[in-house]
Amino acid sequence: MARAVKTSTRVSYTIAAWVVALLIFFPILYTIITSLKTEGEAIAGFNLIPSFSLESYREVQNQQNYIKPFTNSVVLAVGSTVLGLLIGIPAAWAMAFSPTKRTKDVLMWMLSTKMMPAAAVLVPIYLIFLRLGIMDSRIGMTVLLMLINLPIIVWMLYTYFREIPGEILEAARMDGANLWGEIWHVLTPMAVPGIASTLLLNIILAWNESFWTIRLTTTNAAPLTAFIASFSSPQGLFWAKLSAASVMAIAPILIMGWFSQKQLVRGLTFGAVK
Amino acid sequence: MGTIQLRDVHKAFGATNIIPKLNLDIEDGEFVVFVGPSGCGKSTLLRLIAGLEDMTSGTISIDGRDVTNEAPAKRKLAMVFQSYALYPHMTVAKNIAFPLKMAGESQAEIDKKVANAARILNLSNYLERKPGQLSGGQRQRVAIGRAIVRQPSAFLFDEPLSNLDAALRGTMRLEISELHQSLGKTMIYVTHDQVEAMTMADKIVVLNAGNIEQVGSPLDLYRSPKNLFVAGFIGSPKMNFVEGKAAEAMGAKTIGVRPEHMKITVTNGAWRGVVGVAEHLGSDTFLHVHTDDHGTINVRADGEIRVSHGDVVFLTPEPAKIHRFDANGKAL
Repeated sequence: MARAVKTSTRVSYTIAAWVVALLIFFPILYTIITSLKTEGEAIAGFNLIPSFSLESYREVQNQQNYIKPFTNSVVLAVGSTVLGLLIGIPAAWAMAFSPTKRTKDVLMWMLSTKMMPAAAVLVPIYLIFLRLGIMDSRIGMTVLLMLINLPIIVWMLYTYFREIPGEILEAARMDGANLWGEIWHVLTPMAVPGIASTLLLNIILAWNESFWTIRLTTTNAAPLTAFIASFSSPQGLFWAKLSAASVMAIAPILIMGWFSQKQLVRGLTFGAVK
Repeated sequence: MGTIQLRDVHKAFGATNIIPKLNLDIEDGEFVVFVGPSGCGKSTLLRLIAGLEDMTSGTISIDGRDVTNEAPAKRKLAMVFQSYALYPHMTVAKNIAFPLKMAGESQAEIDKKVANAARILNLSNYLERKPGQLSGGQRQRVAIGRAIVRQPSAFLFDEPLSNLDAALRGTMRLEISELHQSLGKTMIYVTHDQVEAMTMADKIVVLNAGNIEQVGSPLDLYRSPKNLFVAGFIGSPKMNFVEGKAAEAMGAKTIGVRPEHMKITVTNGAWRGVVGVAEHLGSDTFLHVHTDDHGTINVRADGEIRVSHGDVVFLTPEPAKIHRFDANGKAL
């Protein structure tokens, strides 16, 4: 019989969960509040009640074109993720279903690249971009963001694929499926929840990536992260305007995350409980 | 046609020999059962035939064609897996149709063949369901349906009934045997259950540590086991083995007597003992008798016998049914 949980325990857990959730969400909430203040209110100090002025939004719109960086963000985030999946699915397939003695080492090596500080490779990557003539280009940035997130894509897919019984793929092989038939008709449809959450998470990661996008783009390929950065100007900090730009930059991904949270949670906890 | 020849087939994983060199001929239309204890290499041997494992050396021919280096699908074999291995995202109809789709057959042809397979296997009412909505027995039928539609030269079954409960196992055993009779195709069936082996096989291949211990019909193996391993593995309950004076008196290191070949009385006989456990099954009674000189002997007695724990009984092996083995375990 399941143990009954005391009401007081349940109430205290609920309160604790709300406190943690608010703490995590607070920076975003305060950014939204600040964006609805006038510059004067914003600089005046901590205040949770804004005057609901849309002035900053208007100014941001007038000062800079929002559509172009928004389009760039979409292209870079979706493009790098789709490209990453096209490479990551076969790679994870090979590691999950045809492992060698060194597969674990390869996986660790891939992950170790995520542990390296990005600044460490800034100069070589900057030079490569310069020499190849792909500075401030969508293609260059898409490939770079794909490479940055590829270890996470491969790791996530590898974890999902490991949950799929190998016998099903062998059955497909017996049934006449070639390698691509096996991946396309059997593995991919079975791993849809995992692939979907990998896709969503990587779109979010690529959308929010700022180290490289700010440094390697100026106008042509500059996404919303660079758009926000352009508001921390040499003329001084305009908190309300900066906040309005931030809200405009994070709103699309926040809305997407909100609607896909069920899928994200399901994907991220896949395999945790059998 | 469905003749399969294995010549010097050898499989090693690193330094571990799973199957030392092995030769075997399987005739067209035969129902061959690979049987042996866990880890004896029977599933590996089946997977080598299927092409799902690479051989270390040797050749496999199907209908006289060397298929050693051919992909699984090219071998014209169909396999039914222990876990059914159905595609969970496809309906029953799509599962059965999958091999035909891969072969590029027309939709009309696919529909006809799927309907036919579903009719044979009583699946016509379930074609639009997903595997998750089926019972274990129905899933196994879908797996068989997927194998049938390909019209393979031979069917390979890898312990297909071990996930089913006892009652369903009996029914499915019968269905597979009937399927074999109606299709007349070669079938290779792997199991560790010797009852399945005895009831279904035309030919049993007994494997132990990757070696073939004996090949023969079920009754051949039962009547004339070549060695101690086969004698102990085939037959249920297990054959009794006795060493010492009783064996020496018959010029053997070990003698073996099956439980059903042991006469039991309460008055007199060759070996005296006390009944330990009596298992009354109705049709038979299995008695575990602790004898004075030969350890515990299992006896299959009449279902009506009136003996119970602690009773003194006398056992006499039927002289014509005693198996004799030398010091190497070989039958004399």
